[in-house]
Amino acid sequence: MAEQDWKASKTSFAAVSVPTLLWVVIFFIVPMAIVWLYSFGENRGLTEIAISGTLDNYKRATEWLYLTIFGKSFAVAALVTLICLIVGFSVAMAITFASEKWRPWLLLGIMLPFWTNLLIRTYALMMLLGTQGFANKGLGALWEGTSWIKTLVGLQPLPTWEPVQLLFNNFAVVFGLVYVHLPFMVLPLYAALDRLDRSLIEASLDLGAGHFRTIMRIVVPLAAPGIVAGVMITLIPALGAYLTPDLMGGTDSQMIANVIERQFKKANDWPFGAALSFLLIYAMFALIAIQSMRRKVPEVH
Amino acid sequence: MALLGRTPVAPLEYSRTLWMRLWVGAVMIFLYAPLIVLMIFSFNDSKRNVVWRGFTTKYYEKAMANDALVEALVNSLTIAALATIASLVLGAVAAVMLWRFRFPLKGAVDGTISLPIIVPEICLGVAFLMFFAAVDWPTDLAWPFNLGAITIAHITFCFPFVTMVVRSRLASFNREQEEAAKDLGATEWQVFRDVLIPHIKPALVAGALLSFTLSLDDFVITYFTSGPDTITFPVKVYSMVRFSVTPEVNAASTLLIILTVVLTFIALKLQGVKAIAETH
Repeated sequence: MAEQDWKASKTSFAAVSVPTLLWVVIFFIVPMAIVWLYSFGENRGLTEIAISGTLDNYKRATEWLYLTIFGKSFAVAALVTLICLIVGFSVAMAITFASEKWRPWLLLGIMLPFWTNLLIRTYALMMLLGTQGFANKGLGALWEGTSWIKTLVGLQPLPTWEPVQLLFNNFAVVFGLVYVHLPFMVLPLYAALDRLDRSLIEASLDLGAGHFRTIMRIVVPLAAPGIVAGVMITLIPALGAYLTPDLMGGTDSQMIANVIERQFKKANDWPFGAALSFLLIYAMFALIAIQSMRRKVPEVH
Repeated sequence: MALLGRTPVAPLEYSRTLWMRLWVGAVMIFLYAPLIVLMIFSFNDSKRNVVWRGFTTKYYEKAMANDALVEALVNSLTIAALATIASLVLGAVAAVMLWRFRFPLKGAVDGTISLPIIVPEICLGVAFLMFFAAVDWPTDLAWPFNLGAITIAHITFCFPFVTMVVRSRLASFNREQEEAAKDLGATEWQVFRDVLIPHIKPALVAGALLSFTLSLDDFVITYFTSGPDTITFPVKVYSMVRFSVTPEVNAASTLLIILTVVLTFIALKLQGVKAIAETH
């Protein structure tokens, strides 16, 4: 039995569609429409905003300062996605080919952080990376060790260890975003790799291809849908990330979400914030459009 | 299992090679070390999270005695419970609509329902801030009603996840069951209640857990919709982290991590690891 035409049972259709559509229209479309309208407005006085149809907010968004922030956000998100892909792919491979006994535990190991509060995870990482944190102490111990070995073999000792600044810079933002988003990448990759026909990999190995070549030529193309899903699932939230750059970044590592937040909480320039929000949404749409275009390209057999 | 098995490693047993094990172990340490350190240091008898100075539970007492923190936690749990119930109803109903009926503009409706998943959190937060300001949403209501704005925002981004999970479960529904029920004289409502609901129950459980965690987790959207009287747990922790890092935050965080672990294990008991992994 195929889908039923809505006219065939209007009451049932009304019962399921009216609540859904009302909710989506009132609490999603209307708020979004307000943002869109305000992005063409301007501040008149302290609290009054006039929707005058001006394009000034968008013009301001193309100023060099904001363009660099957009560019930087894209670069950071892309770098984070790339690192997550490399790390996540190897971990997903390991989980896929793990023994029956280990696989559920490894999956659980990836999933638990996924369910843990994002703020708590960020805070935990901040504790570890602080100048007095364990990461710095570990590096310090390594440094002292190297210095000691050098004196042992008769070389000049290294200068005394200075704690490195691991927090409040761009490194911390990338590190924090990778930490937060890694589980997002592993799960869809695992789902794709798990469906893979293993005899194809075996055939490739039997025919003399090395492991690396097999992965690049057989596994990656077959797992492509999972890879694309993983990339999108990581790239989109990383691009709109607010918390990690806010808490772990320095003054020069703001991303686009931080600029948007400032327009609402501190600068009180709602129309400009609205315009930036919509530019970010358009960027997401562009990414999704590119992805769906890619899907339509016929696969080479 | 020994670190190095005795039987020779077969070509596909990637996870049995030593370097692969070390690598996965390193990734797991990367994921867990910060959380474990945070939990250990919540028992540390020192104001600063640096050196171990002995075991204490005084920061748990302090966190429990911190009225603002407890109130924030109660708010968060209330919002999460309300948002979960509403998301389940709305999500299930939307899933049935998309699965059962053919109607004009179906593609557009389908896309719009899943949009809140894709739209960046910050944009959704901004939208709710502007929306509640534009409709002059009352902010001086008595408790639980003052949480209305946040709950509405949470329902909007939670229910599409429920729809997604329920829909994939509905795909395996045998429509002949529905026809049989109807032949035997069941009304539409009875079919829904006695045939369809039992079939989608596992998806409803998964959706409920997903909504509850998403709602409990959310900081950005809540940050834009909460007022001075409606602080949630993540918003409270955020302001604490911003201004000072104290073991009290560690203690409160540890409690929330434990809650998450318990919820995850309940989900596993009900669903099995694989089913949960596939919902993501």
